[in-house]
Amino acid sequence: MTQSVLPATERAVPAPLVSINGVSRRFGDVVALDDVTLDIRQGEFFALLGPSGCGKTTLLRILAGFESPDTGTVTLDGADLLRLPPHRRPVNLMFQSYALFPHMTVAKNVAYGLERERLPRAEINRRVSEVLETVGLTAQAKRRPQQLSGGQRQRVALARAIVKRPRLLLLDEPLSALDKKVRGEMQLELKRLQHEVGITFVVVTHDQEEAMSLADRIAVLDAGRVQQVDEPVALYERPRTPFVAGFIGANNLFSGAATERGLDVPGLGELPAAEPLPAGTPALLAVRPEKVRFAEGHGLLGGEVADVSFYGGVSHVAVRVAGHAAPVLVAEQGATRVRPGATVSLTWEAVDAVLVRR
Amino acid sequence: MGRLRYVPFWFAYLFLYAPIVVLIVMSFNAGDSPYTFKGVSLDWYGRLAENDTVLKGLGNTLIVAAGSTVLSTVLGTLLAVGLARYTRSRLLDAFGLLPAILPDLVLALGLLMFYSAVQFTLGLHSVLLAHTVFGMAFVTAVVRARLGHTDTTIEEASRDLGATQLTTFLRITLPQLAPGIGAGALLAFTLSLDEFVIAFFTVAPAEPTLPIVIYSMVRFGVTPEINALATLLLAVSFTGVIVAQRMTRLTESFR
Repeated sequence: MTQSVLPATERAVPAPLVSINGVSRRFGDVVALDDVTLDIRQGEFFALLGPSGCGKTTLLRILAGFESPDTGTVTLDGADLLRLPPHRRPVNLMFQSYALFPHMTVAKNVAYGLERERLPRAEINRRVSEVLETVGLTAQAKRRPQQLSGGQRQRVALARAIVKRPRLLLLDEPLSALDKKVRGEMQLELKRLQHEVGITFVVVTHDQEEAMSLADRIAVLDAGRVQQVDEPVALYERPRTPFVAGFIGANNLFSGAATERGLDVPGLGELPAAEPLPAGTPALLAVRPEKVRFAEGHGLLGGEVADVSFYGGVSHVAVRVAGHAAPVLVAEQGATRVRPGATVSLTWEAVDAVLVRR
Repeated sequence: MGRLRYVPFWFAYLFLYAPIVVLIVMSFNAGDSPYTFKGVSLDWYGRLAENDTVLKGLGNTLIVAAGSTVLSTVLGTLLAVGLARYTRSRLLDAFGLLPAILPDLVLALGLLMFYSAVQFTLGLHSVLLAHTVFGMAFVTAVVRARLGHTDTTIEEASRDLGATQLTTFLRITLPQLAPGIGAGALLAFTLSLDEFVIAFFTVAPAEPTLPIVIYSMVRFGVTPEINALATLLLAVSFTGVIVAQRMTRLTESFR
């Protein structure tokens, strides 16, 4: 009997299912994708996150086969994926608009992909009723898409894609067309389904909360370039580029030059951070509002409270600091006792501040 | 006072339909004169049924209308799909629909010159092809409009689910277009039925279509027989246009 001697962390990284290598795509003068290299692992829930126009949808369409890159390669299970037309790829896409066939019933919509594989009728019927049960639409099988609610349509689109048992399921802004309440339910549903069917999911979204709560790993894209690929917590706590530091969550950003203990910010002095960069490197210091505290006596920064907002669980305090353009945000648990106009001093632990090269 | 507002409306309507109403009423005239009404009868409809020239013309017209409808529906649909999906040229788009609005006389002359240039014999087949040209433009216009409203992502979804381009066209695109194609076909049929100018230029004298038969009858004076014939044609055209319109409206509410 053989036993793995590898430590758990090293064993947990499986071979990539999809390898995207040096993919670029331009539309006229617009660079949609600029030398994108990414690995997507078997069985993971992967998110492509970025503002609109960052190239995430183009990348999704390249994986589905509706777009081809100008340069670069994409392999699935080690085989060239770009060579195959869309209808031969073991990849299915759930469209943002769901793209259900309006002239077919729910059951016919779901069966369509299996009929194209020329499977026996009995097997098609069995798999269709199985998947409709999984997404909870058995009672709606004979309905037309127009007779369904937004959430139900989305589940039909999902059922239609997963019934094909693709190697890779692509989801284009899956929750954007739903109202807030249904969105929360579907978010849980998607995670449950991904777990249940064991298919690798790639979701494209501009909504960071959606990406953070759904995905195992997130690739942040901006202007066609991959900024950072990481797990949600690492992305939040250790941003690697100025874009990620500013895009993911609220952050206080200071610009300056690295020193041995942190960052020298013109007009504010030296601010502490852990993991210093080589002295003199142009960098940003990022510290989260919830990591900034009000100091007794002398702190790192002094200023005047400009605004206080109470959100129930937390209070946000904006502090105007002389010599810094943007107000520094402080998040406190519960209701804060600080009042607008008060003079305060602020501090944080060096270990909670991150330096990012500019 | 309020009712007076409707006077211009009813006057315009009267202007539009008075001649047609007179024609229909006169077709049921018991007397000989096409101008004075002498009681109701179906005599003229009976005479019509015995008139061999008229029946021959009707047969020819039905052959031309049916044949050109089939051809123009197939070709027009293909052209519309090509224009909507495979070109981005607005010029090509506009030219595809042009024969529908071109003056009949221009089209008729052009066709006649083309036929003689390629030494094509004239007969029912030449009228049929000529009617296909403008019928096709109408089918293209209707189907093209419908295609503009359809969601192209459902075609991508079909490809994504494993369908070839042909299967996608047959199973997804065509069913979406069906109401538009049906409306276009009915339009082509009714237009061909009473088309005169183009038929007159491209027909062989031995095989006249119904409008040409009517024209040669009128040259010897208007008879109630012709009124009866016109009333029948009117009924067919009217039904065709109304059905076509309902189909396009159904199409819109479907979206």
